[in-house]
Amino acid sequence: MSLLFVQLLSGLANAMFLFLIASGLSLIFGVTRIVNFAHGSFYMLAAYFTYSLSAMLPLGPVAFYAAALVAAFLVAGLGGLVEVLLLRRVYRAPELYQLLLTFALVLVVADAVRFVWGADNKTGPAAPGLAGSVPIAGQLFPSYDLAVIVFGPLVALGLWLVFHRTRWGILIRAATQDREMVAALGVDQRRLFTGVFVLGSFLAGLGGALQVPRLALTTVMDTTVIVEAFVVVVIGGMGSVWGALLASLVIGVLNAYGVLVLPKASIVLMFIVMAVVLIIRPWGLLGRPEVLLRAAGGAVAGERRAPWHPAWLAAVGLVLLALPLLLPTFWVWMAIEIFAFALFAASLHLLMGTGGMVSFGHAAYFGLGAYGAALLLQLAGWPMPLAFLAGPVVAAAAAAVFGYFSVRLTSIYFAMLTLAFAQIVFAVVHQWDEVTGGDNGVLSVWPPPWLKSPVRYYYWALVFAGTGVVLLRLVAASPFGLALRAVRDHARRAEAVGINIRALQWTAFVVAGFFAGLAGAIFVFLKGSVFPVYTEAPMSVQPLVMVLLGGVGAPSGPLIGAAAYKLLDTVITRYTDYWQVGLGGILIALVLAFPRGIAGVLDWRRS
Amino acid sequence: MRSRLLLFLVTAGLALSFPAQAAAQASIKVGEINSYSGIGAPFTGPYKAGVEMAVEEINAKGGILGRKLEVLFRDDKGQPAEAVKHAQELVESEKAALIAGTFLSNVGLAVSDWSKQNKVMFVAAEPLTEALTWSKGHDYVVRLRPNTYEQGRMLAEKAGKMKYAKWATIGPNYEYGKRAWETFRDRLKEKKPDVQVVGEHWPTLGKIEPGPLVTAIMSQNPDALYVSLFGSDWLAFVREAQKRGLFQKTFVVGILLGEPEYIDPLKLEAPEGMLVTGYPWYDIKSQAHQDWVARYTKRGDKPPVLGSLIGYVTYQSIAEAIKRAGSTDTAKLVAAFKGLKVETPIGPITFRAVDGQSTMGAWVGTTKIDPARGVGIMVNHEYIPGEKVLPSDDETKKLRPVN
Repeated sequence: MSLLFVQLLSGLANAMFLFLIASGLSLIFGVTRIVNFAHGSFYMLAAYFTYSLSAMLPLGPVAFYAAALVAAFLVAGLGGLVEVLLLRRVYRAPELYQLLLTFALVLVVADAVRFVWGADNKTGPAAPGLAGSVPIAGQLFPSYDLAVIVFGPLVALGLWLVFHRTRWGILIRAATQDREMVAALGVDQRRLFTGVFVLGSFLAGLGGALQVPRLALTTVMDTTVIVEAFVVVVIGGMGSVWGALLASLVIGVLNAYGVLVLPKASIVLMFIVMAVVLIIRPWGLLGRPEVLLRAAGGAVAGERRAPWHPAWLAAVGLVLLALPLLLPTFWVWMAIEIFAFALFAASLHLLMGTGGMVSFGHAAYFGLGAYGAALLLQLAGWPMPLAFLAGPVVAAAAAAVFGYFSVRLTSIYFAMLTLAFAQIVFAVVHQWDEVTGGDNGVLSVWPPPWLKSPVRYYYWALVFAGTGVVLLRLVAASPFGLALRAVRDHARRAEAVGINIRALQWTAFVVAGFFAGLAGAIFVFLKGSVFPVYTEAPMSVQPLVMVLLGGVGAPSGPLIGAAAYKLLDTVITRYTDYWQVGLGGILIALVLAFPRGIAGVLDWRRS
Repeated sequence: MRSRLLLFLVTAGLALSFPAQAAAQASIKVGEINSYSGIGAPFTGPYKAGVEMAVEEINAKGGILGRKLEVLFRDDKGQPAEAVKHAQELVESEKAALIAGTFLSNVGLAVSDWSKQNKVMFVAAEPLTEALTWSKGHDYVVRLRPNTYEQGRMLAEKAGKMKYAKWATIGPNYEYGKRAWETFRDRLKEKKPDVQVVGEHWPTLGKIEPGPLVTAIMSQNPDALYVSLFGSDWLAFVREAQKRGLFQKTFVVGILLGEPEYIDPLKLEAPEGMLVTGYPWYDIKSQAHQDWVARYTKRGDKPPVLGSLIGYVTYQSIAEAIKRAGSTDTAKLVAAFKGLKVETPIGPITFRAVDGQSTMGAWVGTTKIDPARGVGIMVNHEYIPGEKVLPSDDETKKLRPVN
């Protein structure tokens, strides 16, 4: 009994941290619709600020608390600056370009932290006065955690007062429900958005600052926390602070008991809960169905309907055919990698661009294509061409199962359910040692001797990636693709003219999964090995960034984006350890200069 | 930063047009791949300093075979696929004679498999997985650090003489954590048949829930706990365990936890009385080592950690192998590494002919707080060379694939 009680307390303490971070994230999304990847970066920055300030402030025992508060305010100010200087410039861009910007910020902040504080792990000071523990139910329990359990609800109460007793708070609630109506009533959206960003960042900062006495500071704590925060926000319902509180409690306590009951499942427990919640309640526990934006559909301009012009296609084809004879060997390999990612991004583009369905878990199908091919080659002893072609089939089969559930949801909930499924795939390939080799991966997945030379494998990859890209383009331009676009732009009207929305989107999901799997198969025979990391969130973010960088509204966007991203990344990494700040800086510049992506600009010039 | 960025933009343009013509033929190039960002980042900075120090010293003495040694550093970002890309670039574009480095086991395995396929020598520095030199071993790979098997055995030899019968373990849910435990447990049971395992905990790497885990472990009432956590997971675990009184009740055995990398960040919070493997650089009496520490500290104004030594010895070994081979030809390098003896700051080591595993050992000792430096240190330590714990040549052959 006492064990269960202490475990409950531990769970509650963790829940309070989750709540601080998730409530800010939820607030920002609710009002501005920005998927703010940089929220975790603010959390990390506040922790490092607290670490340094508490050593610098000459305040004795109060130094830590003062430092934490100052750090939270500093980060709040930074959040406001980011909103005013960067995000405000791209609100008119197609949806999700803000996401690309916040992703670039994540990179920049990560390197800034590494540059200023160094890469080594650090432990900050204990909280003066709360460093010890108190006996509870026969066991020692940290007094700091008890204080946090009291502090969390106080923050929640403070937020309640702000939202229900101040005009500003009431406007925030109104904007969360219907932002256009609030604007129509003459409320200055700019100030509202900035204010929400400041408050959201403050909460993230508070969460990070208060972790200093408990956790270690690392340069990867941003990415660790952001995924967890999104899960909590989505379970609770995007934009609902109370939902965030409820979901934090559920996840915090469940994790604490999970350690006792299902230790092996701790890697996915959270994601399974999210998947179940979303399947039962598509808008989270306390979320509301989305208000259809009245301006929806205006985002994607300059889209051409015809497939690529044959002459243009032939010219590019000729250049690509001649390329390996001109390029040094390494660049031939590089080109193959770009082909794989171009196909990967193009498959996501079918969902994102044509279908308006943003997936955060597309790596699952890329990874399954790679694993499918690798395992059929290694364990089943299939010949390489057969295993190569079977990989995408495995991916498509998984996409059929996961897609069936995912297409029932829309917008961010769809994105997060795909992420949950990708995480489940990751857990399976990671934990199923006997078959997948666990984190040591599958090795020696090389093409047979007749295909081994870089130039030959180049042509192999070119044929498959090229065919894939052209087929995807044909699909997008076919009546099927047009219907998909109709659903994207106005689901209700599409339904009214007799389109079976779910069947349509499900089919698109499977097609996208198949071609992502083909990309994975191309990739695995290029690298010779496959590991669980290929199915994880960072791998899902890559094609997302490529599509946005290239231009979500243009058919050639994903291809240009993949080439640009891979080349930038490769060249920058070669010259500096601080590649993240280089890449992030260039991405920010590109988003500000081409708010429709690179190809978007080309198209716009043409028209 | 800005000038670096400008320089980069200019050179990037040049590099794209002339990929392979930068340096003269004079130097011997080594392609060094490591995780300078991502999850390995906290540990690779000192490693890099050790590499640079070794290379400076080698070149100051006139280089190898009359040529300068040049190291090309690449960041794998903790991603195996990135590491393979760098290997391709280093060998094809830069004409590197061999590849070295890596920290994470999966990155090491990916590069090793690539090197086997492409017949390029790979000197793995830090990855600990046994698979690298055993079940996935081949002629083109050697490894410097003592692997999980060796370190687990070193600890089991000592722990087997102790009174503790009820054991629990906690480690990352990775091959590293599981193998580190299995070797230790099996050897412990051999030495002490009444050993009983009361709990195993495998939290997700980098996402540990320390509080609930400490309570869960304590509820199982183990006499002793075997820990293979590392990095930020270990730091967070200690902080909760201290507050919840775990270390008062339970004896702790920790693989790697005496290394400055893992014990220094804890400062005065480091638990005392743990049995650990590690690197007590402050307390190694040999003159050669003391000189090395002085040179290292003078160069970077910071004392060494284990990574510094590994970086240094890796490049000493590479230099010795090239000298012995008399060329940078891969086949000759492969032959030169077989049974290669290297005189290191911590004494002589040998790269075993049978599997390419070096006989570099580790120190086993007990932790204690050093109030003067304000960090945890190792006391009563003993250096255990790899020869003492590695399986014999015959047994090793059974572990390796038959070609």
